[in-house]
Amino acid sequence: MKALVGELLSEAPVITDGAWGSLLLASGMGPGELGDAWNLTHPERIQAVPRAYVDAGSRVILTNTFRSNRLTLDKYGLAGKLEEINRAGVEISRRAAAGRALVFASAGPTGKLLVTGETTREELLAVYTEQFEALAGAGPDALILETMADLEEARVAVEAARSTGLPVVACMAFDSGRNRDRTMMGVTPEQAAQGLEEAGADIIGANCGQGPAGYIQICRRMSASTDLPLWIKPNAGIPELAEGRTVYRTTPGEFAVQIPSIIEAGASFVGGCCGTTPEFIRAVARKV
Amino acid sequence: MADMKALRAAIIDGDLKAAVALTEQALAEQTDALSLVTDHMVPAMDEVGRRFECEEYFVPELLLSARAMKGALELLRPRLAASGAQPAGRVVIGTVKGDLHDIGKNLVASMLEGGGFEVIDLGVDVGPDKFAHAVKERGATVVCMSALLTVTMPSMKTTIEALKQAGVRDSVRVLIGGAPVTQQYANEIGADGYGANATAAVQLVRGLTGR
Repeated sequence: MKALVGELLSEAPVITDGAWGSLLLASGMGPGELGDAWNLTHPERIQAVPRAYVDAGSRVILTNTFRSNRLTLDKYGLAGKLEEINRAGVEISRRAAAGRALVFASAGPTGKLLVTGETTREELLAVYTEQFEALAGAGPDALILETMADLEEARVAVEAARSTGLPVVACMAFDSGRNRDRTMMGVTPEQAAQGLEEAGADIIGANCGQGPAGYIQICRRMSASTDLPLWIKPNAGIPELAEGRTVYRTTPGEFAVQIPSIIEAGASFVGGCCGTTPEFIRAVARKV
Repeated sequence: MADMKALRAAIIDGDLKAAVALTEQALAEQTDALSLVTDHMVPAMDEVGRRFECEEYFVPELLLSARAMKGALELLRPRLAASGAQPAGRVVIGTVKGDLHDIGKNLVASMLEGGGFEVIDLGVDVGPDKFAHAVKERGATVVCMSALLTVTMPSMKTTIEALKQAGVRDSVRVLIGGAPVTQQYANEIGADGYGANATAAVQLVRGLTGR
């Protein structure tokens, strides 16, 4: 086990952060805009997000770099700024943490599919290696891969992340199937746990896709399939659109009340994904 | 003689090579293209949809079957056109303005093609006017819109308004889908239907176009 992971586990459960997108929309980001680009254009507004989470009790914060891989940046004509955007993302979170929280640098799926030949293992390895090296160059405490749907893509990304020598967290999103216990690509919690462990992740888990209630059982199933520490970040329920605005109906209190069960099911790291706010993290901090 | 059971199996198993080889063989033997599609290939895709509904299949299996179906259909298209066979319907599809997500949209497009529809795929980040223009230009009878983000869902409403302004709203059926989209939202913006997943979308299009 990497030293940092061991230190964190000795203080588990560790509270991580909540959602970024909803706070950024509230601070003026347009729909359809690439939020990661704001690392260069509006760093002070980005920094306010992790700062709010640190103030709320987050001991690990992520970075605004979820979509800063070459394949996604290319769609916005920003591939040339890949290193700059990733580096700025880590630096912004580091400033926000101000020594009070660790910084885990985030990457997400490319949106390209291996199964149909739309991309290849080689291309994905190069894409993730490029992004993780850019992130690692700015000195984060660890790397995290979030919201993955395809196990093969996740395994390639873990391989790329590992080559930096930093601790690696790998999470998949369970949002499909009648019981919402599969990823979009049909991966089960057991398959995810085994596959991500085999690929060499240091911490594995799940984020996004559904509210906290469903993640109790998913966490239990992952826990039964691996000895690795588990990381769980549920959404504030499932979003609805009301009068043209996105609404998450789950309240901070309703969210936080499920967290002890997720910890009991084996999670060492808990936080929130889409729809959660610093209020949610504050409520979680009171519960654990 | 070309083995129709094997063709059906190739599509269900998502085996593109086998599907193409068997279709070529059937064509070389002068098998009727239309009966190949309606008696063997479309039923095979229906079985794929059934397996998806029962969670035997997930997105990867759907994608592979749709690809095998598409490969076979491409070989048949010239024959179908020569025989005067009409597609089941003409569908304009796209991810709405501001949204670049295409996995769901591509899946629905492939499944519709597999269901015998002609699909005009406008891609991602498609503005309302582009939808309206394509409907007019191509004489489509169905419009399918996709959004993965709650913040881009309102583009669905503006697209319906653009169809009205272009005077084509009444000549098309408008269907919407995507993770955050609901039946309630479809009702709210006056869409004709909502599909929760790709197989539901195909059934919906079939229902609405009487195919």
